Amino acid sequence: MSDIYQEIQKRILILDGAMGTMLQQYNFSEEDFRGQRFKDYPSSLKGNNDLLSLTQPAAVKEVHRKYFAAGADIVETNTFSSTTIAMADYGMENLVYEINYESAKLAKEAAAEFTEKEPHKPRFVVGSIGPTNRTASMSPDVNDPGYRAVTFDELRVAYKQQVEALLDGGADLLMVETVFDTLNAKAALFAIEEVKSERNIKVPVMISGTITDASGRTLSGQTAEAFLISVSHIPLLSVGFNCALGANLLQPHLETIASKTDVAISAHPNAGLPNAFGEYDETPYEMALQIEEYLKKNLINIIGGCCGTTPAHISAIAELAEQYEPRKLFANI
Amino acid sequence: MRLSGLEPLIVSPESNFINIGERTNVAGSRKFLRLIKDELFDEALAVARHQVDGGAQIIDINMDDGLIDGKEAMVRFLNLIAAEPDICRVPVMIDSSKWEIIEAGLQVVQGKCVVNSISLKEGEEKFIWEATQIKRYGAAVVIMAFDEVGQADNYQRRIEIAERSYRVLVDKVSFAPEDIIFDLNIFPVATGMDEHKRNAIDFIEATRWVRQNLPYASVSGGVSNVSFSFRGNNTVREAMHSVFLYYAIQAGMNMGIVNPSMLEIYDDIPKDLLERIEDVILNRREDATERLLDYAETVKGVKKKDDGKALEWRLLPLQERITHSLVKGIDAFILADVEEARLSVERPLYVIEGHLMTGMNVVGDLFGSGKMFLPQVVKSARVMKRAVAHLNPFIEAEKGEEQQAMGRILMATVKGDVHDIGKNIVSVVLGCNNYEIIDLGVMVPPEKIIETAKKENVDAIGLSGLITPSLDEMVYLAKEMERQNFEVPLLIGGATTSKAHTAVKIDTQYKNAVVHVNDASRAVTVVGDLLNKKTSTQYVSNIKKEYEVFRENFLKRAKTKSYTSIVEARNRKFKIDWETSNIFKPKELGIQTLEQLSLKKLVPFIDWSPFFRSWDLHGRYPDILTDKVVGEQATSLFADAQEMLEEIVIKQALKPKAIFGLFEANTINDDDISIQKKGKEIAIFRTLRQQLKKREGKSSIALSDFIAPKESKKQDYMGAFCTAIFGADELANKYKEQEDDYNAIMAQALADRFAEALAEYLHKRVRTQHWGYASSEKLTNQELIKEDYKGIRPAPGYPACPDHLEKETIWDLLDVEKQIGVRLTESMAMWPAAAVSGYYFGNEEAKYFGLGKITDDQVLDFATRKGISLEKARKWLYPVIADN
Repeated sequence: MSDIYQEIQKRILILDGAMGTMLQQYNFSEEDFRGQRFKDYPSSLKGNNDLLSLTQPAAVKEVHRKYFAAGADIVETNTFSSTTIAMADYGMENLVYEINYESAKLAKEAAAEFTEKEPHKPRFVVGSIGPTNRTASMSPDVNDPGYRAVTFDELRVAYKQQVEALLDGGADLLMVETVFDTLNAKAALFAIEEVKSERNIKVPVMISGTITDASGRTLSGQTAEAFLISVSHIPLLSVGFNCALGANLLQPHLETIASKTDVAISAHPNAGLPNAFGEYDETPYEMALQIEEYLKKNLINIIGGCCGTTPAHISAIAELAEQYEPRKLFANI
Repeated sequence: MRLSGLEPLIVSPESNFINIGERTNVAGSRKFLRLIKDELFDEALAVARHQVDGGAQIIDINMDDGLIDGKEAMVRFLNLIAAEPDICRVPVMIDSSKWEIIEAGLQVVQGKCVVNSISLKEGEEKFIWEATQIKRYGAAVVIMAFDEVGQADNYQRRIEIAERSYRVLVDKVSFAPEDIIFDLNIFPVATGMDEHKRNAIDFIEATRWVRQNLPYASVSGGVSNVSFSFRGNNTVREAMHSVFLYYAIQAGMNMGIVNPSMLEIYDDIPKDLLERIEDVILNRREDATERLLDYAETVKGVKKKDDGKALEWRLLPLQERITHSLVKGIDAFILADVEEARLSVERPLYVIEGHLMTGMNVVGDLFGSGKMFLPQVVKSARVMKRAVAHLNPFIEAEKGEEQQAMGRILMATVKGDVHDIGKNIVSVVLGCNNYEIIDLGVMVPPEKIIETAKKENVDAIGLSGLITPSLDEMVYLAKEMERQNFEVPLLIGGATTSKAHTAVKIDTQYKNAVVHVNDASRAVTVVGDLLNKKTSTQYVSNIKKEYEVFRENFLKRAKTKSYTSIVEARNRKFKIDWETSNIFKPKELGIQTLEQLSLKKLVPFIDWSPFFRSWDLHGRYPDILTDKVVGEQATSLFADAQEMLEEIVIKQALKPKAIFGLFEANTINDDDISIQKKGKEIAIFRTLRQQLKKREGKSSIALSDFIAPKESKKQDYMGAFCTAIFGADELANKYKEQEDDYNAIMAQALADRFAEALAEYLHKRVRTQHWGYASSEKLTNQELIKEDYKGIRPAPGYPACPDHLEKETIWDLLDVEKQIGVRLTESMAMWPAAAVSGYYFGNEEAKYFGLGKITDDQVLDFATRKGISLEKARKWLYPVIADN
């Protein structure tokens, strides 16, 4: 495998766009989600996108190919919700290892095809580690602010299993993303450190937080800088933000952290804010124009898209990014 | 070193001494231990909040006590702190000698915290393992100067252990050196024992060595230890802490556990004391300890003056004490006094009719003659209510006659309206004049008022309302009362009501008495006259006659003003030269919500003058505090307000929320503003134009004049917003349940102030940040209140745009109800009542103005533009239509 630390010094790396938005276009039915293997499964499975890595692997792989073809250097595995905690909704805790493993493998196969075609532009797979559907530092019960629906140890164990499976399946990097509660992310980082130390390996780690609204804070209340400080205790490839906001609204927060860290900066914003129907209607051109503001300021090392973005968005962004220098990295990584 | 709570804390060579709060420590604070043991977590949180408000940059939390489950208490307390943004904005220090408590704490803190502490006490292996874990959890660490042999108690041992710990951490654990803090053991001096003489100076010198030889490491310590031998003599202790810190900080101690209230200002220490303390701290003289002890004897037991004199009135006879309590609004002794009174009379009822009424009559006389003010009367009422509540069980037990009230009065805020501070005040004032009040609350439908009035056989009905449509509700109710042959008087009050409207529109509907009561102090005399059997017939007929005369004069006068047609007015619109006008494109177009707002941030934005007005104290803040007539009362009211304000802020008893949007906009068809998103129209604001005839050269303004018209081909922008304070009702009800109307009204009045302050705060943020046209603005809060800023934020229902219906457009545009939960009643009142909504205009020529009256041609034009019936338009614009 080529070294991502070398690539990131040379140019701005392009991350892929939304997996969910692309899978929606297939209009998969309940039967499609179930496939042959789960046709008698007791509960509804429609909406369990990560499961598609097992039941519709060709579609998932095709999405990865489309993003690589659009110019992505890195694609994310289809594993955003693949922890025992998030999969409990479907009663599929026992499939977690398999989903992560297969998802990483699918993405890795797609990456290998493109690296072979274009050896000068090696492609990478980042294992996507989502926030789960529970928060470790907030109470879901307004009447009992001291209550917690999940503990650090529960998260750590679940994340450890996901990390092991992603690495076994061939993920080159790991990304703890859409961090709305920093404590969840710290449990994921703890698990990653454990795996690294047990296997005596090094794995590049990306972390990406989510600023939820105009208050400029994460859902759990931290400012961008406080978030950065809280996750800087392990060696990171990059830190950045994704989701919740469009590219323009993300910029001030990226500027805040870019001036305060030596590691790479990443961003994968949404295609604007959702409209009244919950759809993202920012066009590739509109989004790329906003991202050009980052590029002009040399803010970015890794750029991609989150909710509502498509290969067309990534292609527009990639074209622009090619014309700009990456943010200079001085860190000894 | 970089730490974080919700916000960052950067410790750099340039930063000042970092102050660690030490009151949330069961080992150091008996009060905190008791709170934790009794599971009084709310109060325990208040201790933490107090520390942060007092300037602690880190809070140390310690639960090491044999009587509590330290691990559980640590987790519970940290989890509760995490729900309090005002506390958890600072990093925490997890303080324990037990690893299991430390680790449990590390697992529940999202920010980068500090572990206090680990050491080489149990060997290197355990030390390395713990440090590795701490690193994985992402925390900084305090290292105690302690090793397998014991605690470092001299200079050499301190630096040896520090160096060894540092090398293990940096070389073997790869611990970031800037995340290492040494606690080099602060021990007491002046103990009388020779081996303690160098305790302070050795600490200071070891600090200097660590800072020079162990790069990036910090030095901390618990300062109060140093003065341990002078417990009970705070004069000496405070000075010792100050002197010790003075030298330790110079040597490089950059953080520490210090109680700010136990610290004398270095320059204020008397010279002779300073010298003796320096001798002790720096170990400069053989007899340093003796000399300081001698000095300490002379300053022992200096106490503050006692306030026994203030309680002299307690020696007065019983009736005078009760009267005093009522007049002064003191409730500390009333229950004891009332009980004494009860035991002295035959029937408990006599206490009410005798002692208490005697006192309340004094209150009534003073109030009537202008020697007492509304806030005092409401406080008196609170004392009265407590007293009556105490007596009620005895009265009921006696099963005797109920107390004969002077009359029973129904009070209600009409359908669609939510404002009730004024109504509550009138209720309280009448209540303490021995009227029985049936308060139906807010948004009361007319049927319910009628039904209750009949069932309870009331003697008068009082209606209140603040917004325009409430006037119609009152008219309707008057008609209903007439139809159902009511005879009781109808009282009308509230900000939107007027004598004119009452005389012209309501009085004519009901043949019995209708009286406009514009303030609480008049309510008592009006009701007294109306219900007094001897005088009432005469009084009612006088009132009826007065209103008739008033009506005739008013209707005559109304015709004398002249107006221009709407067409003419449009020709005279306010002109802005759009070719040269400086249009600033908002930095952030679109809609944003703000929910994580701190009340504390809003306090400086509060405009206090309206607060005093809501209590019938008139004057401008801060001058009102020194006003000859009301100054004393205003000052006392203000002090009470500050006290509640602090409590609200500390307990987060109110919840501010805000939403705003910035949009592309252009004026179309003279008076409408088209709001667009990427060129597509998403809303239209309808504005109203001045029509009162003006001098040549004066323009007839509408808000639409401040936005570039479509024809100008310039893209212009405007905004809309809503701010609200949630929780005021709950808070007021809590006080009401305790028979405390004074604080209930206070809570509502403060919530209103917060809502306005939030609007002011948000406007500033929008100007300087989100829209950004005034990014360099630097205005004081006084200038803000005087509206010295560029751009305006007019609100529907207020002078520039009196049409409440426009709120619907704002609600649709921003999706206000769904996003932040503020809703509109059928009368367009906002709920919760402490809310502000309006528009943003950013043009530098935009200014506030009053619409004045408009004529029928504009009403018709407005109805057509808006697509509503003329009848509906007339109803909503009623107060501004000229020929009414």
